[in-house]
Amino acid sequence: MDREIFYQSASVLDNLLDSGKLTSVELTKAVIERTKSIDGKLHAFISFDEEKTLNEAVQSDMRRKAGKKLSNLDGVPVGIKDLISERGQPLTCGSKILGGYISPYDATVIERMRSAGCVLWGRLNMDEFAMGSSNENSYYGKVANPWDISRVPGGSSGGSAAAVASGETILALGSDTGGSIRQPAAFCGIVGLKPTYGAVSRYGLVAFASSLDQIGPMGRSIEDVATLFHVISGHDDKDSSSYLVDKTNHSIESVKNKRIKTIGIPSEYFGEGLDPEIRQVIEDAINFYKNAGHMIKEVSLTMTEYTMAVYYVIATAEASSNLARFDGVRYGYRSENAKDAIDLYYKTRGEGFGSEVKRRIMLGTYVLSNENFESYYLRAQKVRTLIRNDFMEALENVDLLITPVTPSPAFKIGEKSADPLQMYLSDIYTISINLAGLCALSLPCGLSSNGLPIGLQVIGKPFHEHEVLSLGYEFEQAHDFKNMHPTI
Amino acid sequence: MKDKSFDHSVHIENIAMLARIHLTNQERQGLAKSLDEILGYFDKLRMVNVEGVEPSAHVFQLYNILRGDEVGTSFDAKTALQNAPKQRNNQVIVPKVVE
Repeated sequence: MDREIFYQSASVLDNLLDSGKLTSVELTKAVIERTKSIDGKLHAFISFDEEKTLNEAVQSDMRRKAGKKLSNLDGVPVGIKDLISERGQPLTCGSKILGGYISPYDATVIERMRSAGCVLWGRLNMDEFAMGSSNENSYYGKVANPWDISRVPGGSSGGSAAAVASGETILALGSDTGGSIRQPAAFCGIVGLKPTYGAVSRYGLVAFASSLDQIGPMGRSIEDVATLFHVISGHDDKDSSSYLVDKTNHSIESVKNKRIKTIGIPSEYFGEGLDPEIRQVIEDAINFYKNAGHMIKEVSLTMTEYTMAVYYVIATAEASSNLARFDGVRYGYRSENAKDAIDLYYKTRGEGFGSEVKRRIMLGTYVLSNENFESYYLRAQKVRTLIRNDFMEALENVDLLITPVTPSPAFKIGEKSADPLQMYLSDIYTISINLAGLCALSLPCGLSSNGLPIGLQVIGKPFHEHEVLSLGYEFEQAHDFKNMHPTI
Repeated sequence: MKDKSFDHSVHIENIAMLARIHLTNQERQGLAKSLDEILGYFDKLRMVNVEGVEPSAHVFQLYNILRGDEVGTSFDAKTALQNAPKQRNNQVIVPKVVE
């Protein structure tokens, strides 16, 4: 084999596991050893249970041996962002307030991965309650970018991205409320899919902003990500916002099938603030598609300027409501310093939440308060309608959109942590997709002059994941970014 | 752009009370500054003409999706309480709430 086993794609591993040249136990041990040797530098994992994980690998080997594999991912390690419930395992959300919490049940995505035979490998680090774009907001330590450990891996699924990029796992689950899968995927040079709102069940996902949150797959190739998406997507009775999705559209064959498409380029996404190197790399990608026979058409998304403000009003409002459940009564951290019941709430939340979470709860509480509800929250919901209309109009004339994922490559640890507004603006190209309820893919499309990965965003119509994956696959096949790995 | 000026100290106290979050003096000062900056940024929303626009609470037309009225499994008390910070006899212990 010409490559370390922990850098192989899931599809190659499936063949090796089928042929008996490799066992899931060997594969799982390889990622565990890899993690033990480098995670001291990366801090991508908050916790892992080696014995449990290896036991799942043993079970998988028995199934493969008996010719009863459950799916092409049977025996393949998948890391879990630490906000998705896995029965019997800790779940911290990167917060002190959930220290010691053990999930009493499986999220639907976990149940589905069990049914597919996946080896559930470890609890991945994240910004506290998924609030952040740099993974500097975790109570359990900052995550480093494997391409340059003085830089951030992005966030909030920074642990997931760093672990996939460095071979600490084969695949991972992340969640995306405003870019939390795509931005870290771009910063770490991997593939990340933000499925359409409703495509993947959120049952068992700790809620941040319920009208925006989605779970999605992260991996090193489009095929791997498409395969995991196929496993986790589809209607779930336990999540009334999950849609009955036709899974046949997501078959790998359909993703590999090239179709000529009309691709829209929103001019507002190439304006001021975009790093010139990124602009160049994205323009090269657009030219690639043009030369491959696709139609390229400029489109306009006139509401772009307002997306950031709309997002931070709506997301913080929903968060302030969702996070009210952390009160020190039924689970999680409880302050020992409270003098009465009400004081218990104050002290528990004051001691248990980190500064960014407090800031967002405060913002959300403010915009929902009686005197501000109309001028902030209701107004933001109306502008959200206009943003969605904007995208729907653009997507009447084109099949997909292509944009950068981030305005700059991975920034230095500490560079933006003192300036929350600057930090928020690093999500400028990704947040509108959640507001509009579309699906979008981030895939590696180049390196900056100082060797940092750059991501390409492919945006599709609701429930057209197969189209964004297919367009991404075409680019991936013609380039070699999926075989580039950081030196760590 | 702002059509009213904020008295931050009052606001921070008031919001923290509504949000049930105890803040240190240092946190109060930091939040006063960053909230002012962020809320100032939000003010750009006032420039958008939203007359006659319906608000979106959700991205899709959502209909009630009901599951069958069937008895399912649920946690026993021990499992449901396994994460409670304090408990006794299958009940959560909290500070006294009535005088």
